[in-house]
Amino acid sequence: MNDFSYTQAATAKEATTLRKDTPTAAYIAGGTTLLDLMKAHLQEHPQLIDINALPFRGIEQTKDGLRIGALETMSDVGEHPLVLQQFPAVSQSLLLAASPQLRNMATVGGNLLQRTRCGYFRDPAFPCNKRVPGSGCPAQDGDNHNLAILGVSESCIANSYPGDFSVALAAFDAVLTLEKGKGKQRHVPLTDFYRLPDSTPHIETVLEPGELIVAITLPTAVPAQRSTYLKVRERSSYAYALTSAAVGLDVQAGTIRAARVALGGVGAQPWRSREAERTLVGQPATDATFRAAAAAALQGAQPREHNRYKVELAQNTLVRALQQVAAG
Amino acid sequence: MDTEPQFFDTNATPGVVGQPLNRVDGWAKVTGQAKYSAEYNSLPGLVHAVLKTSDVAKGRVTGFDTTAAMKQPGVVAILTHQNLPKPVKVPDSQVNKGTLNSPMGFFPMLSDEVHYAGQPVAIVVADTLEHAQYAAALLKVNIAPETPVSSYQDPKAERYVPKNVKGTAGVTKRGDAQAAFQSAPVQLTATYTHATNHHNPMEPGATTAHWEAPDRLTVYDTTQGVSETQKTLALMLGLATEQVRVVTKYLGGGFGCKAWVWPHVVLAPLAAKAVSRPVKLVLTRQQQYTGMGHREEQEQTLRLGATKDGKLLGIVHEKTSTTSPWDDYAETNSRIINMLYALPAFESTYHLAKASVMTSTSTRAPGDMPGSFALECSMDDLAYQLGIDPIQLRLLNYAEKDPTNGHPWSSKSLKQCYQRGAELFGWNKRNPKNGQTRDGKTLVGWGMATASYPVHNSQGNARVRLYADGRAVVQAGATDLGTGTYTIITQVAADALGLPPENIRFELGDTILPSTQWSGGSTAAGRVSSSVYLAAQDVWQKLIKLAVADKNSPLYGAKSADVEMGNGRLQLKAKPATGEAFTEVMKRASLGDVEGNAQGRYGSVYREPSAAADADMNKEEKEAAAGYSMHAFGAHFCEVHVDPELGTVRVARWVSVMSAGRILNPKTARSQVIGGTIFGIGSALMEQTVRDPHWARYTNADLANYHIPVNADIPDMTVDFIDEHDPHVNAMGVKGIGEIAIVGVTAAVANAFFHATGRRLRSLPMTPDKVLDALRQPA
Repeated sequence: MNDFSYTQAATAKEATTLRKDTPTAAYIAGGTTLLDLMKAHLQEHPQLIDINALPFRGIEQTKDGLRIGALETMSDVGEHPLVLQQFPAVSQSLLLAASPQLRNMATVGGNLLQRTRCGYFRDPAFPCNKRVPGSGCPAQDGDNHNLAILGVSESCIANSYPGDFSVALAAFDAVLTLEKGKGKQRHVPLTDFYRLPDSTPHIETVLEPGELIVAITLPTAVPAQRSTYLKVRERSSYAYALTSAAVGLDVQAGTIRAARVALGGVGAQPWRSREAERTLVGQPATDATFRAAAAAALQGAQPREHNRYKVELAQNTLVRALQQVAAG
Repeated sequence: MDTEPQFFDTNATPGVVGQPLNRVDGWAKVTGQAKYSAEYNSLPGLVHAVLKTSDVAKGRVTGFDTTAAMKQPGVVAILTHQNLPKPVKVPDSQVNKGTLNSPMGFFPMLSDEVHYAGQPVAIVVADTLEHAQYAAALLKVNIAPETPVSSYQDPKAERYVPKNVKGTAGVTKRGDAQAAFQSAPVQLTATYTHATNHHNPMEPGATTAHWEAPDRLTVYDTTQGVSETQKTLALMLGLATEQVRVVTKYLGGGFGCKAWVWPHVVLAPLAAKAVSRPVKLVLTRQQQYTGMGHREEQEQTLRLGATKDGKLLGIVHEKTSTTSPWDDYAETNSRIINMLYALPAFESTYHLAKASVMTSTSTRAPGDMPGSFALECSMDDLAYQLGIDPIQLRLLNYAEKDPTNGHPWSSKSLKQCYQRGAELFGWNKRNPKNGQTRDGKTLVGWGMATASYPVHNSQGNARVRLYADGRAVVQAGATDLGTGTYTIITQVAADALGLPPENIRFELGDTILPSTQWSGGSTAAGRVSSSVYLAAQDVWQKLIKLAVADKNSPLYGAKSADVEMGNGRLQLKAKPATGEAFTEVMKRASLGDVEGNAQGRYGSVYREPSAAADADMNKEEKEAAAGYSMHAFGAHFCEVHVDPELGTVRVARWVSVMSAGRILNPKTARSQVIGGTIFGIGSALMEQTVRDPHWARYTNADLANYHIPVNADIPDMTVDFIDEHDPHVNAMGVKGIGEIAIVGVTAAVANAFFHATGRRLRSLPMTPDKVLDALRQPA
C-alpha cells in the first residue's frame, strides 16, 4: 500500500476539518476493512484520520428504543443484553459475521461501509464499473455465483454490502445519525442509506464527503423482539452469506399482526422486502403463508447463470427463518 | 557393515518408538524461535523482491512504464526480461524437464511472452518489503492481450489423448475391459467432476538467495526437498552442485506444491545476482494461486461392469482435464482404480486440453484422491443397486494380491481396517435403505470408502555421531513439512542408540547434511527412519569391533556377530550380563565420538536394490522384479447431515482406521490422518478455485473467498491404526501416512450424502447450489 500519514482526531469537529483539508483522506476506526482495501490497492489515501477518540459510543435505552454509538465494536453490540433482549436478530447478525478477532476490532459504523466481495471488484486486474466507472462488468457473464439477483443493473450485479448487520438493521427500521461537521446532524433510515447501482455503482451510499456515522437508533417493536437472523453459507463460520434473512413476527392467536423481512446475499444492497411483509400481515402463521411471502420477496429476481440457485435458496432461507420465529 | 542389519524390533529395544511423544520442535514453534525460510533477515544488505505478475492470461509484453515506480523511495532495481540475468538452462524441453526438478516446461521472463494470468513479468527490488510492494503497484506493464483458453471446458479448447501423463501411458489396457463391460450383467456408467483445488499452505512460497561469492550460493527456500532444489538450481544457474547450498529448517505445510522448483525459486537468485545483494522473495497469498501449481479441474467417466452377485468384471475409465500449453500433465487417477479391488480387466484413457494456465502439479495424494472419488462412489452405487452392504461388496472384491501384476502384498490389513472402523462407527446399525433418517430438519446419512496409497521407492543417507557423554547428533538432509519428521526421527534414533530422546539432536533441512530424497509421496518417514536406524547400527558395529579387539573389555575375543546393543550397553547376545557400557569402550580408546553412516531404502529397493536400480527397467518392471506390491490401506466412515431446503452438508461424525506398517508416533500419525481427512472434507464440500471463462484468471484467489474448512465444519474425529509387521518395505517396517488419509474422503462424504438423500452428487465441491439441484431430481 502507499505511505500515508496518520492523525488522531479528538472531536468530530477536528475530524471533519481534517477531512475537509484533505478530501482524499479517510477516516479509520477499527480498520479491519480499510486496511484490506488499501493493501489490495482498491483505495489509496494519503492520510488516515483516526476517529476512535470521538464520543460516538454507548449502547443506551431511549424512550423509543436503542441508541448505539457508531464506534461500539461488533462484539460489544452483539453481546449486549439490551440488544439481545430487544433485537435478537441484530445480535445474531453481528455474532454470525467474521471471526472473534475481527468482531473485537470492527466498529458497527465501519461495518455499514464494507465493500463488496465480488472477485472482479477485489482484483484490479479485472475491469469493474464500481472500481473504474465505465470499464465494464465481467461478472455478468463470468463468476457470478455469489452475486446479487435483486436490485442489480447492467452495470453491476455485486452485493455491494456483503455483510449481515445492515440486513438486520434494514428489517427493523434502523435510523442512522450522520454528522458533517459543525455539529450539524441529520437522520437517514438505513433503507435509504444505500444506493442501488443503476448506472453509478461506484456511488454506494448517501453519505456525503466527510460525513461521519454517529449512531444507529433502533425503534422498539414486537416483531423486533421476536426475531431471528438466519445465514446460509458454504462453511459453518467465517464466510459471507450466500443468502440470509432477518425476520420478525408478531403473531397473535395464530394470525400475523406485524412482520419485518429483510434479505442478505441476494440484493445489490440489504434488501428490505415490504412485499413479503404485506403478504404475511393478516394471514395465519402457516408454511403456506411463509411460502407465499418468500415468493413475493423474490418476485423481481434477475439471476444470471451461476446464481440462479439463489432464487430458491433465498426463499427457503426466508421460510425457514419465519418458521423458526413462529415456533418461538 | 560387517553384519546384516537387523529389522528393527521394538520387543528387543523397548523405548519411545510407537509412543505418542510430543513434538520435539513444538516449543521452538510456539515461541517463535523456529526460523522459517522467509525469516533470514540479518543477511548483510538484504533487499526485498516483489513479483509483478501479468493481469492477462495470454499476450505479449509491449513495454514497461517504470517512471512512477523508480521514483519511489528505496527502490533498488526493476528487473524485466530485458535486463534480468538469464539462467543457463531452463525446463523448456522434455530433456531438461527430466534433469530439472521443475514440473513446468516454461520459464517466465526470458522473453515478452505471457501464457497465464499471474505469470511473473517483472521483479521490483527495494530496501523494504513495503517499498517494493508499492513500487510494484506503480509499475505499469503494457501487454497486448490475446484470447486465452480458460480450461478443458472452454469451447475453444482442443482435446487430445497424450502419449503419456506422468509416466503412465495415455491409454492403458489390462485384459479386455471394453468387452468385459459390454457383456457384464450389471453395468454402471457415471461421470464425476472435480473443481480446481489449491494447496494453500499456511506458509507461502518464499526464497531468500545469498551469493556469498560468484561461485557460492546459499538459498533459504520453502522446499520439500533441499537436495532436489540444490541440483536444479545448480544446473539452471550454471554452478556445480556443491556450489549451491539450500536450507529449509522448517516448512509451514507443503501438500505437494513445495515439491518442485517453481520459477520464483530461480528468479530470486537471478535478482540477487543482478543487484549484487541478498534478495528475499515471498509470494503474496494471491500469487500463491499462480505460483506453485494446483490440482487441475477434471472430469472422469467410469464404466463399471459386474456380476449380479457384485463381482467386478471390468472397469473402463476416462479422464479429461486441463493442462498448460507446454506439458502433458494430469494426476494419474487410474492407478488406484486399477489396483484397489480384484478387478480382472481395466482400461484407462487420459484426455487433455491445453489452456492458458500454469502446469498443475502434485496435490496431496495426486491421482489417488480424485480417482478414489470416482471408484468409491461407483462401488457405492453398485452396492445399493444389488442390495449388498458397501463393506460386504468390498470384501467380495477384496484383492488378495495385486491385480495389476499378480504379486503378493508386502502387507495388507484392509479387512481389519473395515472391521475396526465398522465397530468404532457402529456400522451394523446402518439402515440399508437410503433417505430414512431425519434429525429435525436435516437428513442423516452414513457413508464409507476405502483408502490406499502406494509405497514409492526412495532412498537416502543419514549420519549418526555418538558422543562419549551419551549424547548424539543425527543428521539427514530431509524436510519436516510440519508433520513431525523431527519428532519421529528423534524417537527412532533414541531407540536405535539406547538413549533417551532428550539426548538426541536431529538436524535436517540443509544440503550440507547427508543427502536424501525429498519429502514427498509419503516417503520421508519410511526412508529417513531406516537410514537413521542403519546409521546407528553402523555406530554399534564400530564399537563392537573395538570392544572385541580390546583386551580390557569383558567382550574381548567374542565374535562381533555374537554381540548386541542393549540399553546403551554392548553385551553378549547369549549372556547379556557379560558386557559393558559403550562409554567405557570409547574412554579406553580415547574416542570423543563415533560416527556411523548408512543409506536407507524404502520400498522394493529395500530388499532388491540391484533389480530396482536397473536403469533399463521402468517403474512397474522394477516393482515387479522386487516381488511384492507395497501399499498402505485404510477405511473412512462418516455421518453427514443434509439440510434439504438450505442445501448445506455438514459432517457430524468421522472414523478413520489406517494400516501403514509400524506407527512410529501415534500422536503425529493421528494428526496426519486428521489433516488429510479435513483436506478431503474441504474438497468434498467447499474448496474450488474459479477461473473466469473469458479472462482465464482466478476470481477468488485468496483465503476469504477460497473456502477451506473452519473448526466448526469438523466434528470430533476418531482415528485408529491397525498394527502391521512389514519386513519388506524397509528396515523399520514403516509405510508413509501423509497422503493416504485424503484418499476416499470425498467419496465417503458423497456416499453418506446419497444415504441421507437418495440422490447422488457427482460434482465436487458439493455446495448448496448443487445440493438443491440434486434434490430436485427424482430419488
